[in-house]
Amino acid sequence: MRKIEAREITEAVSRLCQQANFELGQDVLQALKKARQREESPLARDILDNIIKNAGIAREEKLPLCQDCGTAVVFLKVGQDVHITGGDLYDAVADGVCHGYAQGYLRKSMVSQPLSARTNTGDNTPPVIHTEIVPGDALKIAVMPKGGGAENMSRLVMLKPGAGSKDVTDLVVKTVAEAGGNPCPPLIIGLGIGGTAERTMLLAKEALLRPVGQPNPDPEIAELEEAILKRVNSLGLGPLGLGGAITALAVHAEVMPTHIASLPVAVNLQCHSARHQEVVL
Amino acid sequence: MDTLPIASPINAGVIDKLRAGDRVLISGVLYTARDAAHRRLIEALDSGKELPFDLVGQTLYYLGPSPARPGQVIGSAGPTTSARMDGYTPPLIAAGLRAMVGKGSRSPEVKEAIKQHRAVYFVTIGGAGALLARSIKKAEVIAYPDLAAEAIMRLEVEDFPSIVANDIHGGDLFQQGRASFQKDSL
Ligand code: SF4
Repeated sequence: MRKIEAREITEAVSRLCQQANFELGQDVLQALKKARQREESPLARDILDNIIKNAGIAREEKLPLCQDCGTAVVFLKVGQDVHITGGDLYDAVADGVCHGYAQGYLRKSMVSQPLSARTNTGDNTPPVIHTEIVPGDALKIAVMPKGGGAENMSRLVMLKPGAGSKDVTDLVVKTVAEAGGNPCPPLIIGLGIGGTAERTMLLAKEALLRPVGQPNPDPEIAELEEAILKRVNSLGLGPLGLGGAITALAVHAEVMPTHIASLPVAVNLQCHSARHQEVVL
Repeated sequence: MDTLPIASPINAGVIDKLRAGDRVLISGVLYTARDAAHRRLIEALDSGKELPFDLVGQTLYYLGPSPARPGQVIGSAGPTTSARMDGYTPPLIAAGLRAMVGKGSRSPEVKEAIKQHRAVYFVTIGGAGALLARSIKKAEVIAYPDLAAEAIMRLEVEDFPSIVANDIHGGDLFQQGRASFQKDSL
């Protein structure tokens, strides 16, 4: 049994919330620079230049990349030989979010009751936490601040089991086309295929944690990713939806087994402010 | 590409000349408002109460900034999705609102109000809040402080980069831009 103090978890989450909001990943930055080279529209090239410049300013000045510092989505991979001491695991994570968002001058965007009250909780808690128990004695924490603009354009569809990759492709293309400029393209498209309704939505979100443009190891799925990317980029939406060749930087698809009667497909859109940071304790 | 410097509040003569796709640098005053502030503005209009500022001729920026660090004017300050304001916008335009800054396309009703009342909708760079903060020289909460990040602020900006998305002539950059680069009709 390896012991990990709850306090260590709080500190790690606080740090990750800030780092994620200030520092755009190198993979995203490289993908944006490549997009800048391939973009055909002069206005879109200028927008991409500004997005790249924004990342530099955010990193230097410790200013959030985007004013929407997101829902704090936290992925935990808890080794089954880990024993958390000195506090409750989920409280430790929430305390880290509360501390990180205060210390980093990050925007607090969570409201308590979603229907009528919609009162801001004031500290960006509660986070959304996804926990997986894995072999080993390590604790992996990934923090993904997820903005509302892109999250709002997500979609879940239960396709007929006989539907193939063409229907999946059409669904993604339609989702992106209808979202237009709202989710701040260029996008990274998280795609979950299989499982159940709720599980495939999570699969789509988890796919966004992959380094940008790294293909799925299954050649058939990698091919599907590429085909969808090509179709999406032929829409002409471009950066911010103002026209251009680059609507998406990458498609990340994940698949899992499903029921004989089902083909659940989830699309989770990620804006160009694709923020996530992780640590292993 | 050429950029046109314009002053806000924007005078009516300038509005007539703006065309979808024009790039502008706005200097002057912007008022921030998001969903919750819009709801209150509309309530005030509907019940004949006085608005917290004179809307006539003004420019709204759909913004809820991140908090300013000590000594800073504002935190990160990019646009939020304008479509969420679509339902509230035509009455505000009818009441004298002249310009809006946000991200994403607008509803047919908003576009119609823009044409009818001679207004303009600009987009600025979504997700570039750290960069855009540099153009904001002063920020002061003037109404609804209880709404925190959604309170109405009066901003003074210098060379705030924006692009005309919808003009009084019916021009729509979202449609035009996409049409020029579309290779697939679904
Ligand atoms: S979609 Fe992303 S980049 Fe755009 S405003 Fe929201 S969080 Fe920021």
